[in-house]
Parts: sequence; C-alpha cells; structure tokens
Amino acid sequence: MNGSVDADVDAAVSAAFRDEWGRVVATLIGMTGDWDLAEDCAQEAFAQALKSWPAEGIPRRPGGWLTTVARNRALDRLRRNAVEATKLRDVVVLATAGAGSEQAETIPDDRLQLMFTCCHPALPLEARVALTLRTLAGLSTAEIARAFLVTEATMAKRLVRAKQKIRDAGIPYRVPPVEVLPSRLTGLMAVLYLLFNEGYTFSGAEQVRQNLCAEAIRLARVLAALMPAEPEPTGLLALMLFHDARKPSRVDAEGELVTLEEQDRSRWDAAVIAEANDHLRRALAHGRVGPYQLQAAIAGSHCHAARVEDTDWASIARLYAHLSKVMPTPVVELNRAVAVAMADGPEAGLAIVESIAAGGALAGYHLLAATRADLLRRLGRFAEAAVAYREALSLTTSEAEGKYLRRRLGEVVHPGRSRSS
Amino acid sequence: MRYMLLHHGDENLALSPEEDAQVQHQLAMWIEEMVGRGVIVHGDRLRPTAETTSVRVRDEEIVVFDGPFAETKEQMGGYDIIEVASLDEAIEVASKHPVARLGTVEVRAFWPL
Repeated sequence: MNGSVDADVDAAVSAAFRDEWGRVVATLIGMTGDWDLAEDCAQEAFAQALKSWPAEGIPRRPGGWLTTVARNRALDRLRRNAVEATKLRDVVVLATAGAGSEQAETIPDDRLQLMFTCCHPALPLEARVALTLRTLAGLSTAEIARAFLVTEATMAKRLVRAKQKIRDAGIPYRVPPVEVLPSRLTGLMAVLYLLFNEGYTFSGAEQVRQNLCAEAIRLARVLAALMPAEPEPTGLLALMLFHDARKPSRVDAEGELVTLEEQDRSRWDAAVIAEANDHLRRALAHGRVGPYQLQAAIAGSHCHAARVEDTDWASIARLYAHLSKVMPTPVVELNRAVAVAMADGPEAGLAIVESIAAGGALAGYHLLAATRADLLRRLGRFAEAAVAYREALSLTTSEAEGKYLRRRLGEVVHPGRSRSS
Repeated sequence: MRYMLLHHGDENLALSPEEDAQVQHQLAMWIEEMVGRGVIVHGDRLRPTAETTSVRVRDEEIVVFDGPFAETKEQMGGYDIIEVASLDEAIEVASKHPVARLGTVEVRAFWPL
C-alpha cells in the first residue's frame, strides 16, 4: 500500500459519500423502516470502504458495494435482536432484498421517498431542514448545528424528535399520491430553496454555511432527475445555479455586499450560467410555467446582460408581473417595484413600494426600508432617504448588508463627498 | 394505525338554518363514506363547554369546578377514532370533515401499546 493509493481511496470514498450517502440511507430505511439503524449501518459501510478499498481496489459500482455492506450490517444487527416477531419480519424482507442485489441497477432508488418524508408538512420546518441535511446530504449533527447557530445538543434533540414523530405519528415513507403531490412537492422545493438561501445569505466566512449552497444544488439535481415529468424542480435547479454563478462577485474583499449593478460581471461563472440555461430551457419546454421557472428566468435575464446597462429591465418587470400573479406575495411585489423603477424610472417603482408599505404586510422588513431608501436617493430626496436608510439599518441582521446601508447613508447625509450612483 | 380526530371549533358560531342544514348534510356524507371505507372505529359529539365540569384532586381533596380545563377561542366539540394506513390517510380523512372548513381538526396518533 502506498501514499497515492491511499489518496485515491480517500478521494473515491469522499466522492462516494457525496454521491451515494443519501441513496444508501434511503434504501436502508426503505428496507428496515428504522432511521437510526439505516444511518448507523451507512456510516459503518463507509468506514468499511476506507479499510477494504486500499487492498481490494475501488469497486466498479461504489454505491452498490456500499449498499450491500450496509444492508448486511443491518441484517446482522436485526438477526442478533430478532427475539421480537416484528423484527423477524424485517430480517425476512432484508434477506429477500439481498438476493442478487450486488448490481446497482437492482437496488431501488428510494431518495424521492426519503425527500418527501423528510419534508412532510407534519414536521416543524426547522426539523425538515435538519433531517434533509442529515439523512440525504450526510452532514453530521455538529455541522448542521454550526450552520444554524444552535448547540449540537439542541440539534441532536431536534433530529431525535423528528424521527420519533415520523415513527409514532405514522408519517408514511412514500412519494405522495397524485391528489396531494403538487402541494407536497411545493413544500419539498421550499425546503431545498430555503437551504440554498441559508447558504447564500451567509454573514462572514463560515464555510459550513456556504456549503449549504452546494448541498442544496446537489439535492435539487437529484430531485430534478428523479421527477423528469415535473418542470418546477428543474426550474428550481436552474434558479439556484444562476444565483450560484454570481456568488464569487457578491461580496468584496472586505466582506461588503456588492449589489447586482456593482458586481464584477467578468467573475460570473459562464459554465454554470450555460448549464442553468439548459435546465431552464428544458423546464420551459413543458409549457407549464411555475414560480421557480419564472424566478430562474429573471435570474437568467440578469446573467445574460454583459454590462449592467444592458439589463433588459422591461422584460424583467414583465416576468415579475407574471410571477406576482402565480405567487402574489408582497416580497414579489417589492422585487417588481425594483424592476419597474429600472424600466420606467424610480418614481414608478416608488409608487409600488409606497402601496406595499401602505398595505402593512411588510412592516419591519429591512428590504422594504432599504428599497425605499434607494429609490428616494435616486430621486434626490436625500432627507427622506436618510430616514429610510436608518430604518433599514435598525432592521437588518446581516453584517454585509449593514456595511452597504451605512455607506449609502453617508452618501445622502453628506451628498458632496461621494459621487457613486 | 389508530388516530383520534379532535374537532375544534367556535361553539358560538351562528350558522343560518341553511348553512346548518348544509353542514349536517356534509357530516352525514362524511360518516357514510368513512363507515363505508371501514375507517371509523367510533365517534361522537360533545355537549357545549357551558355544561363542562372539571375535576382535580389536590391534597386528597376533590376539587370540582365548572367550565373547561382551558378557556380557548375554539372548543373541542366532538371526536372520531379512526383506523387508517398512515398519517397521510388520517389527514385526508380529517380534511373531508366539515369541521375542517369551520374550525380545526386535530389529528393525534394513539400511544402504541
């Protein structure tokens, strides 16, 4: 055994962990119905891979190898505990499933069942997020705790309770039937997008939080591949990729948020944008437009403008108007206001913002105050803009955004000192 | 699995005679469907909370007081015990009960023996 073999094996196990963890766990839950057993045996299978692969070589189908090892571990454990009649039944099921399943093709892909179960609406939202990261993405309890700024003990308790509820309240392990599929799929995609946004709107350089973006994209990829008849998961994947392509230019060296108009577009990832375009085109070809496809089209439109002044604001404003119909929320309206302000002038945008503010639904939302402030500044109404910037500052929790707002506040309080737009 | 559906609603909700007749009709249809599917184990309606009596024993003293355990906006007015395959089926059964439109149906699994 030499160093390079070890390095190859390490790389192969890491790759297998990324690609296969969720599948191994999902399959084991499907076979045993026992979530803890499934996680433990998956963990043991990966540990075994680190021991066996250097000598035996990396298997042709790592996923099949890992699933077989994990299944055999589960079988051993259940046999040892098979005093109860119910457990004996599991052993029979497992042993039957074992026949001839060395080939990866014959192992069912249960990840879709696992995704829908993790994101069941009977679970609290924070538990859905945590379960998805633990069982599908393979993040450790400690990593998830760090990403969501809670102690490891709190996160462990959250996961235990969620698994308890799945078992004791009878949450089924299945893809929902067609009558409830649209609403459940919406809920599932919302969890994945929330995960992505948790990573995207990170404050500071916490690596574990940034990794959430990559995990969310990976899971969206799996979902889109497993539900090819549904356009929205592919739309969601395209949306995430468009955002991700712009990520390197979103925060400058000092950690300050760089707005879309000020971003260095040469740093956007052209390959990722091209991939997102392909996904979006495929989704739109279904002819069933939904919120994620529309949001992806908007994000894509920004990505296609080589310079900020090339942005097709009129078409973006139209897309937002469409989005506002299928997803009539004040936040969408607020974004439409920004697009309209760019297409038809700040006055037109401000009119929409004021009507949202009058509605009261977004009271206390920092981006409402920040958007209002920016529009007032562009109209040269500096005194009112200063009040709005101060309000936004008192409401934001993001350090990067705070820096941006303080700089803009400085510009309207001392208009002579800076000439940036 | 066995679940209890607890029907919570505003017991002072004033329905017009037509609305009341419609709710009674929906309820009859629901019972017919669920009995037909073999879902309902047992179910009943409760007298209003104005007629509730609560009992506690403290220091070996029986304390009796009138009124419900907790004053809430929605009161429990009835229940059904159902036997279904999973929480998803329990949700489906609950969503078809007329109280789901007027108030809230709470779905609780039984403690397994």
